[in-house]
Amino acid sequence: MGISIRGGWVVDPANGIDEQLDIHVEDGLIVGLGPTPANFEAEREFHVDGNVVCPGLIELRASLREPGQEHKATIASESRAAVHGGITTLCCTPDTDPVVDTPAVVELIHQRAAAVGCARVEVQGALTQRLEGSRLSEMGALRDAGCIGVSNAYRVMENTEVVRRAMEYAATFGLTVLLFPEDPWLARDHAAHEGAVGTRLGLPGLAETAETITLARDLLLVEASGVRAHICGLSTARGVEMVAQARGRGLPVTADVALPNLFLTEMDLTDFNSACKVRPPLRTQRDRDALRQGVHEGTIATLCAAHQPHEPDAKQAPFTEAAPGISGLETLLALTLRLVDEGLLTLQQALARITYEPARVFGLEAGTLSPGRPADICVFDPERHWRLTRDRLWSEGHNTPFMGWEFKGEVTHTFVAGRLVYRLEEP
Amino acid sequence: MNLQLTDEGRLRHFLTIEGLDRPMLTRILDTAESFVGVGERVVKKVPLLRGKTIANLFFEPSTRTRSTFELAAKRLSADLLNLSVSASATRKGESLMDTLRNLEAMQCEMFVVRHDASGAAHYIASHVAPHVSVINAGDGRHAHPTQAMLDMFTIRRHKQHFEHLKVAIVGDLMHSRVARSQIHALSILGVPEIRVVAPRTLIPPFIENMGVHVYTRLGRGLKDVDVIIMLRLQNERMDSGLLPSQHEYFRYYGLTEERLAVADDNVIVMHPGPMNRGVEIDSDVADGPHSVILQQVTYGIAIRMAVMSMCLGNPPAVEGGEA
Repeated sequence: MGISIRGGWVVDPANGIDEQLDIHVEDGLIVGLGPTPANFEAEREFHVDGNVVCPGLIELRASLREPGQEHKATIASESRAAVHGGITTLCCTPDTDPVVDTPAVVELIHQRAAAVGCARVEVQGALTQRLEGSRLSEMGALRDAGCIGVSNAYRVMENTEVVRRAMEYAATFGLTVLLFPEDPWLARDHAAHEGAVGTRLGLPGLAETAETITLARDLLLVEASGVRAHICGLSTARGVEMVAQARGRGLPVTADVALPNLFLTEMDLTDFNSACKVRPPLRTQRDRDALRQGVHEGTIATLCAAHQPHEPDAKQAPFTEAAPGISGLETLLALTLRLVDEGLLTLQQALARITYEPARVFGLEAGTLSPGRPADICVFDPERHWRLTRDRLWSEGHNTPFMGWEFKGEVTHTFVAGRLVYRLEEP
Repeated sequence: MNLQLTDEGRLRHFLTIEGLDRPMLTRILDTAESFVGVGERVVKKVPLLRGKTIANLFFEPSTRTRSTFELAAKRLSADLLNLSVSASATRKGESLMDTLRNLEAMQCEMFVVRHDASGAAHYIASHVAPHVSVINAGDGRHAHPTQAMLDMFTIRRHKQHFEHLKVAIVGDLMHSRVARSQIHALSILGVPEIRVVAPRTLIPPFIENMGVHVYTRLGRGLKDVDVIIMLRLQNERMDSGLLPSQHEYFRYYGLTEERLAVADDNVIVMHPGPMNRGVEIDSDVADGPHSVILQQVTYGIAIRMAVMSMCLGNPPAVEGGEA
């Protein structure tokens, strides 16, 4: 079936497109931008004048909780939440139960995602068996089952020898390794950034060095192994500097930051607000500024929600006992657009960081509107204001510190493979 | 922290010293002053909280603090419920909330809470029914405000004024909720020089931001001070790699008569208890002429009576001095 999306302002950072164009789609693929191609007839037309049309967003690190933690969220609930937020591809982390260390779990996730038929769900395989950090996973089989990369999720590997061998083995199969830099010994029992606020509140602190020590180790091993690596969740100024230096030396390293770390700081913990408990923790204003600078300069080329939905009870506890994590699929676009409003990024740059760049981390076909590519498309009204309330969240996880915030820019249509999977209902 | 105050500026909860002003702290001290005499009477009771129900909700073991809260409640004629709740049984927030709801259903008007998680008292205070007050009896490393106020009371009784004092707090500041509350209280009451003394492993980063001077040598830290507050050192600090041994700690940080000599001649020595004699403090000092440690315990009851009566809206008329 052919469709045309007409009258929208097309922004496709991958191709440098930033102009008013029509988009034509057939059999799930983009067949042309601009004038209607010869022999093409649209069975359905969408007129989106005044709206921005861009590639569907890609969430680089989503915990979908299924299998094993369906009381927090399901693939179905989060896929629907994704398209509500303009996300067409979810790259899910392997920290499910059982963990994604066998092709069977990969297949299970793919099957359930296909049954829902909303966002695409791509799977990150486990780097080590059961994520225990001791034995390598069967990465060859995981790749053949469709895994896009390998990671140990938030479970940090203590054994440097295992990290080294895991990188070498992943490189053998051409898999990107995702690394979460946090020294497990320095991070023991931590609840907040080790700084003035944490000290005053008596919260056990996570030192900056918990990030930088592991980052230094991992970058040296990346250099030795030659693996393509992606650093997850930078949180410190020094960490940004280290990644910039590594990239400057030509290492195949990319990095992301979770959007909340660009908007919140340790100061937001003052009332023991467990909605602000995240891992890595919210750090200082100086760190936040450096992360923003890293995003501006491109050292941090990808932005993500680091989506971690929780059931209400997980956050209904004193701060140190509350589970870390923010439900972020439905604020990914809105927070990114806020960076444009604040002058940190142009619209093209901002959208690149949530479309084209995350696609590049894994070598995905998505993240562009190039003819011949899957028609995963997000349309949003850049001028539309909305307020985040519980009713507005389709995710099962309502754990967000942005509740009540007013945002500008709202998704009006989401297409996956040319199929309309979300449309904003007019009130 | 507006959570602690009513719209009229009255104390509703007592969770932390931080955010309270000097008049409020002075009012607590003055109110406590009016209660000191109660313990010396034949009938050690006043009817201020008759008919009120107070629940001691201890998620962490404590004998001394719980006993003084219990005595304070009884001397105010309140009904008291003592509950020791295993923290492990309430790791899930739901069961903590269930515990609270059950106690509310029993028509408790006040929870005295001790918990090993920083912020637990804040969490509970922000979830209780409007008619319930919460007193923090120690939460994690965060705050122990009644302990700090009884220390201030002890200091005021001995030194009269705060504005010219040099105070040293010695020991495990990293893990001490008492120290954090003391620092806030001393600052608010106008103490111009607050020192903290400990090895680097026991000093939390950025503690200077709380307005204290950091010393790593005991001799320098104690020079000319008017008040020394010793902190309890727990054995687990050796196991967790923060200190090599008790022996070495005592050698460099233990308070002995010899070390005391550099302080002001009229220095008072305080300790929140229970003490580790021969680890952080020598018996000669603990039992010596400068020690006011047992007075702290006595005053603790008066302070807790003051806070309880203020939170429940029945403080005595301070000017009269007679409760």
